[in-house]
Amino acid sequence: MSTIDDIPRPFVKPRLGKDDWIQRGFMAVIALYLIVALALPLYAMLSKAFSTYTFDLSQYEVQVSDEDGHFTKPVENIANLNARFDPPVIGAGSTNSNGRQKLTGLFPDFSFRSPVMYRFRGTSPEAVYLVGSERHTGPEWLELDSNTFRRVVIRPVKHVGLANFTTYFSTPALTQSVRNSLWIATISTIITVTLAFWFAYALARSCMRFKGVFRMVAMLPILVPSLLPGIALVYLFGNQGMLKSFLMGETIYGPIGIVLGSVFFTFPHAMIIISTALAISDARLYEAAVSLKASRWKTFWTVTIPGARYGLFSAAFVVFNLVITDFGLPKVIGGKFNVLAVDIYKQVIGQQNFEMGAVVSVVLLVPAMLAFAIDRQMQKKQVALLSARSVVFEPKPNRKMDRIFFAYTVLVSIFIAGIIGVCQFAALIKFWPYDLSLSLHNYNFDLMDGGGWGSYKNSIVLAVLTAVIGTVVVFLGAYMVEKTKGFEKGRALFQMLAMLPMAIPGMVLGLAYIFFFNNPANPLNFIYGTMIILVVSTVTHFYTVSHLTAVTALKQMDTEFESVSASLKQPFHKLFRQVTVPVSMPAILNISIYLFVNAMTTVSAVVFLYSTDTALASIAVLNMDDAGDIAPAAAMGMMIFYTNAGARILHALASRGILKRSEAWRKGD
Amino acid sequence: MLDITTQTQKPYLEIRDLWKKFGDFIALRDISLEVMEGEFLCFLGPSGCGKTTLLRAIAGLDLQTSGTVSQAGRDVSNLPPAMRDFGIVFQSYALFPNLTIERNIAYGLENQGRPKAEISARVTELLALVGLPEQGKKYPAQLSGGQQQRIALARAIATNPGLLLLDEPLSALDAKVRVHLRHEVKELQRKLGVTTVMVTHDQEEALSMADRIVVMNHGTIEQVGTPLEIYREPETLFVADFIGAMNQIPAVVEEAGKIRVGTCVLQSEHNVFDHGTAVIAAIRPEDITPMADGVDDADALPANVETMEFLGSFYRASLSCPDLGNISLMADFSINAVRRVDISLGKSLRVKIPADRLKAFPAQQGAQA
Ligand SMILES: Nc1ncnc2c1ncn2[C@@H]1O[C@H](COP(=O)(O)OP(=O)(O)OP(=O)(O)O)[C@@H](O)[C@H]1O
Ligand SMILES: [Mg+2]
Repeated sequence: MSTIDDIPRPFVKPRLGKDDWIQRGFMAVIALYLIVALALPLYAMLSKAFSTYTFDLSQYEVQVSDEDGHFTKPVENIANLNARFDPPVIGAGSTNSNGRQKLTGLFPDFSFRSPVMYRFRGTSPEAVYLVGSERHTGPEWLELDSNTFRRVVIRPVKHVGLANFTTYFSTPALTQSVRNSLWIATISTIITVTLAFWFAYALARSCMRFKGVFRMVAMLPILVPSLLPGIALVYLFGNQGMLKSFLMGETIYGPIGIVLGSVFFTFPHAMIIISTALAISDARLYEAAVSLKASRWKTFWTVTIPGARYGLFSAAFVVFNLVITDFGLPKVIGGKFNVLAVDIYKQVIGQQNFEMGAVVSVVLLVPAMLAFAIDRQMQKKQVALLSARSVVFEPKPNRKMDRIFFAYTVLVSIFIAGIIGVCQFAALIKFWPYDLSLSLHNYNFDLMDGGGWGSYKNSIVLAVLTAVIGTVVVFLGAYMVEKTKGFEKGRALFQMLAMLPMAIPGMVLGLAYIFFFNNPANPLNFIYGTMIILVVSTVTHFYTVSHLTAVTALKQMDTEFESVSASLKQPFHKLFRQVTVPVSMPAILNISIYLFVNAMTTVSAVVFLYSTDTALASIAVLNMDDAGDIAPAAAMGMMIFYTNAGARILHALASRGILKRSEAWRKGD
Repeated sequence: MLDITTQTQKPYLEIRDLWKKFGDFIALRDISLEVMEGEFLCFLGPSGCGKTTLLRAIAGLDLQTSGTVSQAGRDVSNLPPAMRDFGIVFQSYALFPNLTIERNIAYGLENQGRPKAEISARVTELLALVGLPEQGKKYPAQLSGGQQQRIALARAIATNPGLLLLDEPLSALDAKVRVHLRHEVKELQRKLGVTTVMVTHDQEEALSMADRIVVMNHGTIEQVGTPLEIYREPETLFVADFIGAMNQIPAVVEEAGKIRVGTCVLQSEHNVFDHGTAVIAAIRPEDITPMADGVDDADALPANVETMEFLGSFYRASLSCPDLGNISLMADFSINAVRRVDISLGKSLRVKIPADRLKAFPAQQGAQA
C-alpha cells in the first residue's frame, strides 16, 4: 500500500478565482473585526492584570547647590537619600500605571522661593520623570530652580508577575466576594432550574389550558434589564415595602434580593433550554414505558429525566453563568453584600484602580469560562441525542395532574408578571408610600439626573444600529465559515473567535475596552466615548448566540448550492442574494430581534463605555436608582419594556408575513 | 480495452496520475483515465471507493492533491469550477427552493448578455426537453422527486456545457421511477451528444446506461471497459465479484489451460499461470450448462440439485458436485432448460463448465479484495 509520501510532486496549487478573493477579503475583514473588538482588548486587559508598577528610586540622581547656585555638594542617589529617613519618605508600596511621585519631601529645607538650584537626571534611558507635564528620560543633567524642581515627579517602572493576584487573595474584603458570588450563583441555579423544569414539564407533558399565555409570560423577563426586578423587590420588600413583613426581619438588600431577582431574570433562559430538551425526547420510549405498566413516577425517573439530562445540565450552567456575571441586579439590591461583578465596578469607577479591576475580571473569567466550556459539551451531547429520530410526544389528559400543573404555572406566572406589574405600579404612583395618586410625573426624565429622554433615544439608536450592523456582520461571518471552500486554518480560527464572546462577562469586555481603546497610542482611540464603541461592544458581547443561530440556519441548506452556482459560472454573491438570504430570512429576523432586545437591556457591557453624550436608558435606570430616584428608574425600566415588547410584536408580524409569502416554496420542508 | 473507433479519436477529458489525500488518508491513488467526446462513462464501485472524490476533482470542486486534468485539450488542473466548462447534477438535486422552476433553469443563463426573450425561449425548450412543459411557475417543493431530478438536469445542460457530471443522480428515487429515468437520461444524453460522467454504486444502472464503465476500489481503477467487457471479461477477482454473481472455487494450476479442483481437472482457456499456482477459479451461474441425458461429453460433471429457487425469468439452483470436493455451485437455468433437461429438486444431472467461461485469478488477489 502506498502512503502519502508516495504522492508525486508537485502538488496542485489552486488558482483562486474572483469569488475566492472576494470571500477571503470578507473573511479577513470580519476576522479582523473580531480580533480588534475581542482578542486585542482581552489581551490588553490580561496584561494589565499581570502588571505591577513601582518607583525605582535608584534610577535617579540629584545634586543640590548652595544658596549662591554653586554645585559644591556631592551627587546623591535618590534611593540613598530616601534611605536616610526613618521611616523612608517614599514608601516601598506599589502604585499603578498612572503613579507619580514628588521628590521635594526628601529635602527638609526645601522652599520653592529659595535660590537653591537642583541638578537632576535619570541614570538609565528607562528612567522616566516629568517636569510639569513634560516628559524626560536619560542621563542628561537638567538644571532647575527650586520653583521648577517642585514640579518634578518620577514615573513608575512596570513589572510582569502575579503580584496583583497575591494582593487580591490576601485582601479578605475582596476574596469574600468570590465566595459570595459562587454561593449566590449556586443557590439561584438550583432554584431557577427546578422551577423552570416543572414549568417546561407542565407545558410539554400536561393537557392544561392557556399554555400559550404561560409561555409568553415566562418570556417577559428577557425584555427588561436584569436590574428591574431589583427595583420591584425594593417596592415589595424594601424599608417601606408593601410586603416587608414577609421577610420576618430579614433584609431584601443582600443575598435574598439577589437570588429572587436572579431567578426572575434567568427563568426564561432555563425554560427555553429545558423545553427544547423535553420536546425532543422520544414518544416511543413513553409508549414502551406505559405498555410495560411502569408507574408514572418510575417513567419520570427512567425516561423523562435521562432524556432531558443534558438540557438540565446545560440550563444549570447557563443560569450559573448569567448570575455570576450579572452586574445590574447586585448593584441595585446587593446592599453591603459584595459580588465579583460589582467589585470590578467599584475598583474601576470608585477607586480608579484599573489593575485591581483587571485582576477581579480575571478571577470572574475563571468560573464563567468553566461554565461556558461545560455547557458547550452538554449542547454537543444534546445534539447527538437529537439526531436519533424521535417521535413527537402527545400528552393525554389527566384531570388531577393537569390541575396541579395549572396551579403551579399560575403561581410562577404571577411571580413573573407580578414583578413587572410592581414596576409599572411604581412608575405610575406619585410618591410611594405617601401619595398613591396616579401620575406620569415619573416619566419626566428630563427633570432627573441620568441622561433624561436623551438616554432613551440613545438606547433606541444603539439597539437599531446593533441589530442592523450586528446582523450583517454575524450573518456574513457565519456564511464565510460555513459555506466557503479552502482556507481551513483561517476558518477554524474564525470559528473559535466567534465562540469566545459567550465566555466573556460583559463587565470584563467593557473593562478590556477601556484598556484597549482609551489608550492614546491606539489609532482607534477616537471611537472611545462615542456611539461606535457602544455598538461594537454590544455586537461583540452578543456575538456567539447570533453566530450559532446563523450557522444552524446555514447548515440546513443544501451544501451543493455553492457548487451548482459555481458550475453555472455565477458569482457567489448572486447565490447569496437570491437564495441564501431569502431562505435564511427567519433566522436573520431572529438574530436582529435578539440583538435589538439585548442592546436595549444590557448594562454590564456598556457601563464603563458610555459618555455623557451617549448615556443609555438601561444605564439611566441604574444611575437614577443610585441617586434614590427609584420611581423614575422604574419608569425608565418600563420604557425599555414597552419598546422591547413592541419590537417583538413587530418581529412576530414580520416573521408571519415572510412565512406566508414563502409558504408555496417551503411546503416541502 | 478501447475499441477501434475510440482509439482513433482524441480524448475529450484526460486524467493523468491523479492523487487525492484527506489528511493521512489517500482517497485516490494514481488515477489515469481518458473519456472520449460524446461518451457516457460510469464510475462504479462500492461505497467509499472514491467515485465522488474523482468526480469533484474533475469539476474542480475539491482539487486533487497531485496530477492533471485536461478538458478539450486545455489543462484545467488548478482552475476553480467557474473557470471550467461543465454542468453538474447531485443526488440531492440542489434546486434553489425559493426560486421557481423557470428561474432555477434560467439561473446559469443570466448575466451572460443574453436578451430576456432568448432566456425564456431556452427555458421553455429545456422544460419540453425534459418532459415537464407546464411546470415552470411551480416551486421545487411542489414537484415529485423524479420531476425535481429532471429539472436539475435541465438546469445543468441549460448553458450547453461540454461535460455533464452526475453524482448518483437517481439514487434518491424509488425503484420504479429510477428505472424509468435511466432511459430518459440516457436518451437525452444521446440526443445532446454531451460527454457525460456519472457516479453510481448501482451496477444495473451502470451496465444499462454506460458506454464504458470504470470500476473502482480503494481509490484505484480496477478495470475500464464496455459493460459487456466488464461483465464477460473481468480482469480482477474484485470486478468479477462486484458485477453480477460469481462462483469462486479455490483451485491449483495443472498446466496452461488446465486447473485442478479437488480431484477433478477442468479446462480453463484463459489461464496462463505456472504449474502449481494457487488460484481462484470463477464461473458465472448462468454459464453453467445443464446436459440433457444421452448427450455425451467427457468434460461434463455429475451434480446434485440441493436447492432450487424460481426468480421469475430463470431458476437459481445450488448444486453439489462430488468431483469438485466439498463445495456447492450456484447455477442459473432458463425455464426452457429446466423443462428440456427436466431439472428438479434432489435430482442428479450432469453439468458442463465451459472452458472459455471459466476464469482463474491469483489466489492472493482474492484474499486482498
Ligand atoms: N472531506 C473529506 N475528508 C476526509 N475524508 C473524506 C472526505 N471526503 C471523502 N473522504 C473519504 O474518501 C473516501 C472516498 O470518498 P467518496 O465520497 O469519494 O466515496 P464514494 O465512492 O463516492 O462513496 P459513496 O458511494 O458512499 O458516495 C471515503 O473513505 C471517504 O471517507
Ligand atoms: Mg459518493
